[in-house]
Amino acid sequence: MSIAIVLLVLVLGTVLFHFLSPWYFTPIASNWSAMDDTVTLTFIVTGIGFVAVNVFIVYCVIKFRNKEGRRAKYEPESVKLESWLTGLTTVGIAAMLAPGLFIWAEVVTPPDDAMEIEVLARQWNWSYRLPGADGELGAVDVSHTTADNPLGIDPTDPFGRDDIIIYDPVLHLEVDQPVTFLLRSTDVLHNFTVPQFRVKMDFVPGQVSYIWAEPNKVGSYDLLCEELCGVGHYAMRGRVVVDDAETYARWTADQPTFADTQSALSTDLLAGQTGYALCSSCHGADGEGNAAMHAPRLAGMDSEYMKRQLRHFKRGVRGTHEDDVWGRTMAPMAMTLADASAIENVVAYINTLPGAELAQTIAGDPGKSAALYKSTCAQCHGDDGRGVWTVNAPALTDLDDWYMAEQLHNFRAGIRGRHDDDLYGLQMGLLSNTLVDDEAVNNMVAYINTL
Amino acid sequence: MEHTAHDESSFVRPAEMGEMELYHPKTWLGKYVFCQDAKVIAIQYAATALAIGLVALVLSWFMRLQLAWPNTFSFIDPAYYLQAVTMHGMIMVVYLLTALFLGGFGNYLIPLMVGARDMVFPWLNMVSFWVYFTAVLLLTASFFVGGGSTGAGWTLYPPQAILPGTPGSQAGILLMLASLAVFIIGFTMGGLNYVVTVLQARTRGMSLMRMPLTIWGIFTATVLALFAFPALFVSAIMMSLDVLLGTSFFMPAIVSMGSEAEHVGGNPLLFQHLFWFFGHPEVYIVALPAFGIVSDLISVHARKNIFGYRMMVWAIVIIGALSFVVWAHHMYVSGMNPYFGFFFATTTLIVAIPTALKVYNWVLTLWQGNIHLTTPMLFAIAFLLFFVNGGMTGLFLGNSTVSMPLSDTLFVVAHFHMVMAVAPVMVVCGAIYHWYPKISGRWYHEGMAKFHFWTTFVGSYLVFLPMHYLGIMGVPRRYFEITGTTFLPESAHAVNASITIAALVVGFAQLVFLFNLIWSAFKGEKAPGNPWNATTLEWQTEHTPPQHGNFGKDLPCVYRWAYDYSVPGHEDDFVPQNVPPRSMTA
Repeated sequence: MSIAIVLLVLVLGTVLFHFLSPWYFTPIASNWSAMDDTVTLTFIVTGIGFVAVNVFIVYCVIKFRNKEGRRAKYEPESVKLESWLTGLTTVGIAAMLAPGLFIWAEVVTPPDDAMEIEVLARQWNWSYRLPGADGELGAVDVSHTTADNPLGIDPTDPFGRDDIIIYDPVLHLEVDQPVTFLLRSTDVLHNFTVPQFRVKMDFVPGQVSYIWAEPNKVGSYDLLCEELCGVGHYAMRGRVVVDDAETYARWTADQPTFADTQSALSTDLLAGQTGYALCSSCHGADGEGNAAMHAPRLAGMDSEYMKRQLRHFKRGVRGTHEDDVWGRTMAPMAMTLADASAIENVVAYINTLPGAELAQTIAGDPGKSAALYKSTCAQCHGDDGRGVWTVNAPALTDLDDWYMAEQLHNFRAGIRGRHDDDLYGLQMGLLSNTLVDDEAVNNMVAYINTL
Repeated sequence: MEHTAHDESSFVRPAEMGEMELYHPKTWLGKYVFCQDAKVIAIQYAATALAIGLVALVLSWFMRLQLAWPNTFSFIDPAYYLQAVTMHGMIMVVYLLTALFLGGFGNYLIPLMVGARDMVFPWLNMVSFWVYFTAVLLLTASFFVGGGSTGAGWTLYPPQAILPGTPGSQAGILLMLASLAVFIIGFTMGGLNYVVTVLQARTRGMSLMRMPLTIWGIFTATVLALFAFPALFVSAIMMSLDVLLGTSFFMPAIVSMGSEAEHVGGNPLLFQHLFWFFGHPEVYIVALPAFGIVSDLISVHARKNIFGYRMMVWAIVIIGALSFVVWAHHMYVSGMNPYFGFFFATTTLIVAIPTALKVYNWVLTLWQGNIHLTTPMLFAIAFLLFFVNGGMTGLFLGNSTVSMPLSDTLFVVAHFHMVMAVAPVMVVCGAIYHWYPKISGRWYHEGMAKFHFWTTFVGSYLVFLPMHYLGIMGVPRRYFEITGTTFLPESAHAVNASITIAALVVGFAQLVFLFNLIWSAFKGEKAPGNPWNATTLEWQTEHTPPQHGNFGKDLPCVYRWAYDYSVPGHEDDFVPQNVPPRSMTA
């Protein structure tokens, strides 16, 4: 008897939970509201079936439970009843399947006016490519992939020259403009999901898959990888920003073309030296850093990493958190670098600096963190701590240990890496959480010192 | 109108086969270790499956602890988490459920229920278990090799499964593939045995349409497995070759961790097709025996014939056949040609029709029955709740459009746990309690059993129902943690914590269950030979537990179907299958 009551409570509880709990779809921000309607329809049809079957069980248990003198009815089958039930089920199934198939036809056919954007996924980050003025994306091949041509664009293909390169996890889209996302991976399977867009699709290396959507609400949305792609899977976060037409046009105009990224490789060391004059007051003339000023050693620091951080400081992505005292000191300094080429130049100059011997200032037990380093940190920063460019992970071996400890503290405390546009920072922040306390941080830094 | 017993007949074909020569062990080793008696092999299979299943249960606790309280436990890092996810899934699906239903229940019940003395190839049957045992050892070994076990997810998708960046991409994945290949070899030995025994060794009068549904379920599942496992076998071999010999079956040209890998031209989707060509029938390899067994549990404990026996048999066969043409519904968002979606959505939703019919016939068996709320019956009712719930969410995921926003989220995890984890486990528990008195000759402890039931029943529902809604909100599966998003409310984390608490309680109840099984085998009250007043042959044996050779001097002769309960005109509310019609005895 209690089974009847408990079963009834669970079934009614399920219905109440569905209607009363605050947990449901995110507010939709694309054209796929018909997809939400099919979900609602399926909830209605299956919900009725679920409640009907279970309430019938409850009824049977109460009515036909064993009592003195009860005897079951002998009735092997009823073809009529079974046929009716089968027919009714078939109608219910068809009612759910038919709309599904009609909408699926739309899912698989992007509209003619859809703009094509290539999304490149690889462990564990995102970059994007927009067709340039010619409206065509240039040819690509994994064999062209290098640190200077991270998207692997064929340098000999004229269509590729004007392609717009977004080597950053943040993509902007124009509101009410349908987009076909061409999904390309150069390493393993990944997946493109913006929960508010509803549609999603996997990336498969060796081919290009696609999915389309028309974002219809201005806003900023999380981009997630939803196909297991290794240790960093859960931290492979990106961002899609839906702009009005004007903002979008401004953003696009700011992005470099493939030709720009290739020509930027020539730099002016002399200009860099001039630019560095201000930096040297804290970071030292040899780029050796100054612990008392909380200015880390720059000599030997990863170039791409430095450029990205300078851009972030300039744009207020880093160095704006109120508890980030030293980041806030750095931010106005970065402002003195006028543009992208000034950043290129100063980084090129820093690359020539000798630095000084790194001092070991953090005491910890490297043995206690070796396993975590190898299973987790090494996935991006390398077993030898020298960094892996495809994952955008800087070398650690030329960093001051006190600086690493300070930044790990900032990451863990959410002082760094929580700005909407700092997706690599978010990634590091998520991974730094595997260090459960300050002692674990010190042990980890001590281990990195041994590399 | 006068009721007549269904399919009762006085005609019994003469025996076609002579009595089989029974194997007689001469040593202790031959009797308990390399034993050829299907009943001993069944217990060996079940014990091994439950032991490795216990490991998988503990792995799930680690996953749940991490998800509820991220970054609190220093021993759970992202790599370890993925390894736990992978091993939990693979062990539960293949090494526990498949081995337990077919190797365990199949071995114990097939000869007894069809009226045979043993399996037709006893020696092969013995080898089958030891090959399975070797597969389990290989699997266990992968926990201890350098780099640890594989963390590629139980689907083992390449390229990542064999590339740096995924845990266990060196020795771990190779041991996993080797273990699967060995498992399949062992299973094939056992599986051929089950099929041939059902087809050839049924006792006189046991026509196919008089077989209990338990046997129909196990038989059809075995046939499915014999067709499906080869696809997994070849993919395991092909992936091993990609690792060991540098072939490119599944490996296109890629840049892995900054350097170009030495592969070209392979296709990762080929693996997915092969995997799911196995993987979808695998769902039914687990489900069909559960369908069969639960039919018998409901019938026996409701004292009523299973409603619509013929349709139930055909539904099992049709579901089994359809399970081979639905596999790509696991791949709607895989990057395969999306036009396949039309075909696979249609076939998948068609499967729901025979499946729904089975549900109707189960509940119609309860209707106008005489329901004894024994522990096996409680588990059967619990099965219905979980199966109906999980079946309904299958209609979301099988329909390509509806599934798209839900794919790769916790909704999927909740769905398949409801339908192919908790639901079959309810049947496993019910079945173990049901046959325990026959297998051990003793009663299980009723108090512990009731505690086990209520905790598992309510607890599992509290684990998996809210999980669907985390998925609907957009929480992806296989995420080590999900902080740092802008779309998830803080309360989502509270849901995760409550799921974990329920899961830990349910996990504890399983320990009580295992304790009950072991304790009662020694201390339980002595049980009679047919305590449930059931009709099928295993309850009519001369000895309890049945001895070697199952039946006494003569094999039973079958005169009727397996469901003569509450037949009008009979004083008892059951007529065993081997009772001749009155016309013969009168």
